Amino acid sequence: MKAIKTMSDQQMNNTEQEPKAWELRLYIAGQTAKSIAAISNLKKYCEQHLAGQYSIEVIDLLVHPQLAEGDQIFAIPTLVRRVPEPIRKIIGDLSNEEKVLVGLNIIPSMVS
Amino acid sequence: MSLQSSTKQSPALPILSKVPTGITGLDQITNGGLPEGRPTLICGQAGCGKTLMAIEFIVNGAIRYNEPGVFMAFEERTEELTQNVASLGFDIAQLQRDKMIRVDHVHIDRSEIEETGEYDLEGLFIRLNHAIDSIGAKRVVLDTIENLFSSLTNEGTIRSEIRRLFSFLKEKGVTAIITGEKGDGFLTRHGIEEYVSDCVILLENRVANQISTRLLRIVKYRGSIHGTNEYPFLIDDEGISVLPVTSLILEKEVSTERISSGISSLDHMLGGQGFFHGSSILVSGTSGTGKTSIAGSFAAGACQRGEKCLYFAFEESPKQIMRNMSSIGMDLSQFIKTGLLQFHASRPTLYGLEMHLVAIHKAIKKFNPDVVVLDPITNLTTVGSMSEVKAMLVRLIDFLQSANITVMFTALTLNTVADTQADEGVSSLVDAWLQIKDIELNGERNRGLSVMKSRGMKHSNQVREFIISSEGLNLVDVYVGVDGILTGSAREAHQLQEKTGVALHGHQVDRKDREISRKRNILEAKIASLNSEFESAEEELNRIYKEEELKKQIAKQNRQDLTRIRDEGNQNDVRSTDE
Repeated sequence: MKAIKTMSDQQMNNTEQEPKAWELRLYIAGQTAKSIAAISNLKKYCEQHLAGQYSIEVIDLLVHPQLAEGDQIFAIPTLVRRVPEPIRKIIGDLSNEEKVLVGLNIIPSMVS
Repeated sequence: MSLQSSTKQSPALPILSKVPTGITGLDQITNGGLPEGRPTLICGQAGCGKTLMAIEFIVNGAIRYNEPGVFMAFEERTEELTQNVASLGFDIAQLQRDKMIRVDHVHIDRSEIEETGEYDLEGLFIRLNHAIDSIGAKRVVLDTIENLFSSLTNEGTIRSEIRRLFSFLKEKGVTAIITGEKGDGFLTRHGIEEYVSDCVILLENRVANQISTRLLRIVKYRGSIHGTNEYPFLIDDEGISVLPVTSLILEKEVSTERISSGISSLDHMLGGQGFFHGSSILVSGTSGTGKTSIAGSFAAGACQRGEKCLYFAFEESPKQIMRNMSSIGMDLSQFIKTGLLQFHASRPTLYGLEMHLVAIHKAIKKFNPDVVVLDPITNLTTVGSMSEVKAMLVRLIDFLQSANITVMFTALTLNTVADTQADEGVSSLVDAWLQIKDIELNGERNRGLSVMKSRGMKHSNQVREFIISSEGLNLVDVYVGVDGILTGSAREAHQLQEKTGVALHGHQVDRKDREISRKRNILEAKIASLNSEFESAEEELNRIYKEEELKKQIAKQNRQDLTRIRDEGNQNDVRSTDE
């Protein structure tokens, strides 16, 4: 898991240099089953649909509790799409692929 | 109060420690405050003051009890909250800078949130935990946690998380207030009361006769004795004040000190000294009989003695009363200037009875008067039935007597049977009752005042005529004539008649006096002549007596002479025979 964090740090650096089309932030609280599931799910979807155009930042609120207020986090895990605007939030372990993709506007909603 | 002492008797047992809310009256009802280290649920309909009560708990904790607090708002944004309570004089922004308060607004926008799969509310816990630890908070408010239900769909998760939240709060040892909206048949819409078992406070906003009254009730308070009634509370520019209106005990200090009624002739009717200090006085009468004038002079009398008087006017404005009083030679404005007199004018319909009571309580606590006037109480019946007014007055009298404040009520009586009864209903509560009656006679109306009752003192049983003149108020004896009592001009006519009578009588007496002196003169002359007569008679008698003496003397002399002569003759005889 540490690998992901360092990678996310790197990616964050990357985003600063060359902004990606998709900036995602995943809030977790410790290495719980839900968190791990969310991270792996997210990585899987991103690789499938947004290869090369995304950056993922994983924030562990147990380490940085002060960051929770800024993004209005109350549920864990929460995925925040910061770019492109508007900000979207998906809570849960991201187990439903379609919902995640719709929620992130990667694919259009079935209804619309 | 007695409850407190009973708990104090057993200090060996661990007693639930409490955290004062600092809200006037609430700490009294709860016998000390909210349970320390436990969550308390405050529930009620929208707009009944839940948030305000919660924020007062936090602000009072920060300012008065040096206990930092976290306010977690699910509804209002921090800026809105700060603005809303700024009118109460709470500077949330400054308190936040001082690290005494931390406001965390949890914004949940359903439109920008998608739920997929399992989640928990650990984020909320982390935020709360961080907020508590960052300022060392002892108090926490969650307002309104039920918002989670409307924002999120997974009710099962929310319920289990809320349950976890309460145990988390208990673990943290913070005293928490959770607010909840009232639901149908349940205390809260989503039944979170089942998670809070320690203390539940219900707020209500009841509207009757178009007048709303805020009420507070403690539904449960585990491990503590508490007041169980519905207590009215008031939200004004100083925040919430709850009134513990029903005192359970009838143990009050009483005074034997007397205070003047402000009308010396009325004091005479009351054993010459006036009312008891700390007693309650009812002045009743039909309209226009001068009830307010009596109340005004009572107030003025108190101020003249240097006592403070609070005048609650439910009918007239202070200026009106002052103008009217100045027409009978009473200058009330001077007392207002010196701060001895304060008017408190409000329309009865301004708020419900209970609120009036709370407002009166507040005003009295603030001004701390010696004398209180309520003019008139009957106007309060516009916002409540007579029995409700009576119940309110019982509490008010109770409170005033415990504070040793003398109170005068005025009551309007109408000439209907029902209201006379109502009037008497109130009269049983008071210590002294003055009644002013209209006496209509000879084409004019006059006022007759009588002391219907005055507990614990000698008082006149007479009806006195009550006269309002430009010099003030006065009571004069009514005259009982052949046709009944005489008042007004009839009395004056009678008085004049009596005056003439007195003059005539005086004249007669003069004549008699002269006659007597004349008679005396005659008699004295007679006595003198009799005296002289007696003297002459006496003289005569004396003369006769003396003559008699003289006669006796002469006779005796003669007899002696005769004897001597006879003796001489015998000797000659003897001699002749001898010879």
